[in-house]
Amino acid sequence: MSVGRSIYLDHSATTPTDPRVVDVMMPYFTEHYGNPSSVHRYGRLAEQAIEDARDTLAQILNCKSSEIVFTSGGSESDNLAIRGAAWTARQSDGSRHLVISPIEHEAVRVTVEQLATVMGFEREIISVDRYGSVLVDDYTQSMRDDTSVVSIVYANNEVGTIQSIAELSTIAHERNALFHTDAVQAAGQLTLDVQKLGVDMLSISAHKFYGPKGVGALFVRDGIELTPSQSGGGHENNRRAGTHNTPSIVGMATALQIAYDEFEYHTTHYRTMRDRLIDGVLSNVPGAHLTGHPEQRLPSHASFVLDGIDGNLLLTHLDLKGVAASSGSACKTGNPEPSEVLLAMGYSEETALGSLRLTVGRQTTAEDIDYVVDVLAETVKKLAKMKIV
Amino acid sequence: MNSNKNIRVVVAMSGGVDSSVAAALLVEQGYDVVGMMMRLWAEEAIGGRRYNRCCTPDQMADARRIANKLGIPFYVLDTKEVFRHKIVDFFIEQHRLGVTPNPCIECNRHIRFDFLLNNALALDAQYLATGHYARIAQADDGNYLLKKGVDEHKDQSYVLSVMGQEQLSRTLFPVGEYPKTEVRKIAEGLGLPTANKKDSQDLCFVGDGNYRRFLADHAPDIMQPGPIVRKNGEQIGEHNGLANYTIGQRKGLGIQSDVPLYVIAVNPLRNTLIVGTKEELGQASLTANRVNWISGKTPSETFRAQVKIRYTARPMTALIEPLNDERFRAQFDEPLRDITPGQAAVIYNDDICLGGGIIERNDTAESVINSPLQSAELLR
Repeated sequence: MSVGRSIYLDHSATTPTDPRVVDVMMPYFTEHYGNPSSVHRYGRLAEQAIEDARDTLAQILNCKSSEIVFTSGGSESDNLAIRGAAWTARQSDGSRHLVISPIEHEAVRVTVEQLATVMGFEREIISVDRYGSVLVDDYTQSMRDDTSVVSIVYANNEVGTIQSIAELSTIAHERNALFHTDAVQAAGQLTLDVQKLGVDMLSISAHKFYGPKGVGALFVRDGIELTPSQSGGGHENNRRAGTHNTPSIVGMATALQIAYDEFEYHTTHYRTMRDRLIDGVLSNVPGAHLTGHPEQRLPSHASFVLDGIDGNLLLTHLDLKGVAASSGSACKTGNPEPSEVLLAMGYSEETALGSLRLTVGRQTTAEDIDYVVDVLAETVKKLAKMKIV
Repeated sequence: MNSNKNIRVVVAMSGGVDSSVAAALLVEQGYDVVGMMMRLWAEEAIGGRRYNRCCTPDQMADARRIANKLGIPFYVLDTKEVFRHKIVDFFIEQHRLGVTPNPCIECNRHIRFDFLLNNALALDAQYLATGHYARIAQADDGNYLLKKGVDEHKDQSYVLSVMGQEQLSRTLFPVGEYPKTEVRKIAEGLGLPTANKKDSQDLCFVGDGNYRRFLADHAPDIMQPGPIVRKNGEQIGEHNGLANYTIGQRKGLGIQSDVPLYVIAVNPLRNTLIVGTKEELGQASLTANRVNWISGKTPSETFRAQVKIRYTARPMTALIEPLNDERFRAQFDEPLRDITPGQAAVIYNDDICLGGGIIERNDTAESVINSPLQSAELLR
């Protein structure tokens, strides 16, 4: 493939692992390879690394180390939080009512759907406005005495809208419901202070903040008992069975530490790049509209709908021009479905097929942005001209 | 070979052997190759999805894996709407008119060498390549010729007879130069996971391959029982839906007769199946419409050539008389038994395909349509 440039603007999908993180991980593959559960010195060395990592996370999340559970990533954290808390509540007092937003990540949406359709729970999906912000009145009215778990995404992956988590968690607590937030997109870009946020559970995934793939964590407030999703040995205080992935856990802690040590530096860069991108697209690409909240959005996140353009086809054209992007409706099997998030925000089915997400990262440059804006404008004009059927 | 490196070719990949080898040959020849698969329309089925058999998840995964192995990008093009409109609806409509269409020909006309080709060109490709067994050559006058594939048994020029000069100038058939056995060997040599796979299917959009079941589900109105009549209008039995029968069919008619009787025509206006003797079945001529001359020019005079009336038929010698730019008549040296309206009549001069057209309803059917109704029962 003869591509001159290669520009990655899909950092919401995943980020490259920071080389500093890789360096810290390496010894745990070949030297300190012990099983942290073992009694001997090899085990103790690994155990120390795991517990140091837990302390690092606890410090950034402003919680106790014992409140951190290591998992295989964001999806597992969401599953464990919601399914685990929902089952425990049902066993203790019979409550079965679960509340989510219509713009949750699949890991939350599908888990709750399964609980509702197969396992006898009751699901309530509250409403969002045109920007994807939770309608607080609707949300408040949805709470009932038997509401056990509420899960609202901190920042949406598709449109980047940030929710007022502190306000929403307070409302849930007034009705004695547990509040979980999927903070997978927010980690590294927004505060993860669980005291300020007032959340009972919070999910993160390392590869979204320049850490390795396949590792994540769940904050679970003291006193909350989770029915494990994955049963087996007594790892993670009986909350998550399975041998610890030492190199990845160490890598995650390092990555999170770097992200918050260098927080101002990186988020300022993201914002500058994002704003240049949004301005460039809105003023140069015909039929482009910003989706999500204009201000309350992730620093790295730009998302659009493009009138009359098929998101899938657009990604193909962009890829051949060396631009890596994504779309809420895209699918590698050529069977695009309108984005559920955009439908929930009130967009038409046709519009919801034409979405584009461009998410900037640490290495993104102003030249990259300008090139992408040019390519996008050119491609959209071409596609609009060849519209068939 | 380096001269090809700035020439982008989009190769239509199905996950099968032929298109995989086509892609591999192009990569070997140094082109800037982009793999593309069309996501076609598929029936919705109760209790699960019935996939279009040309793009099941397995085939898609195969194609993607081959593309990765060849180091080329791979994309899936959403073709569902245009395919449903141009192919599936057309298939049903033609059956409603009592003719048996060839969806592969329509797919090449409207989908592969129109929709897909246009998408390829929009991706800055200079060529679209497919895994068809056919060849493209350029004559001394610069005109493009469509020729049979080297492997006569696998030749697919019949379904490509709808192509014009513009399309041929933008198309490559890399496997057309090889016999199928050689193509399989190339596939094995490249370690392609598809070396031992079956060939792809026609009627790909019919999930279970049963087009009668498909018509019964999607167009129940054309699967109504009606009379079986002789040419003179005499009713001798009842059929259970015209689409259940094909021209030349003898078995399964459920009629008593001293002489063997064959389906010789259908009359959809009266929902009538017309049967006759072997002699009545034979036709020495046909007319075809929606004619495509590959040269782009209608021949000015009558000429002798070979004509294939079905994909699998042997070419038969005929006198070709162009009637106008849209139609021609073919007068065969000997009567043929299975001239089927809706199929293509494709004209050859040895291994060069000159073009083709869609066979019109034959004279038998016309005469019955024009004859007075024999009884009120013949009315639907």
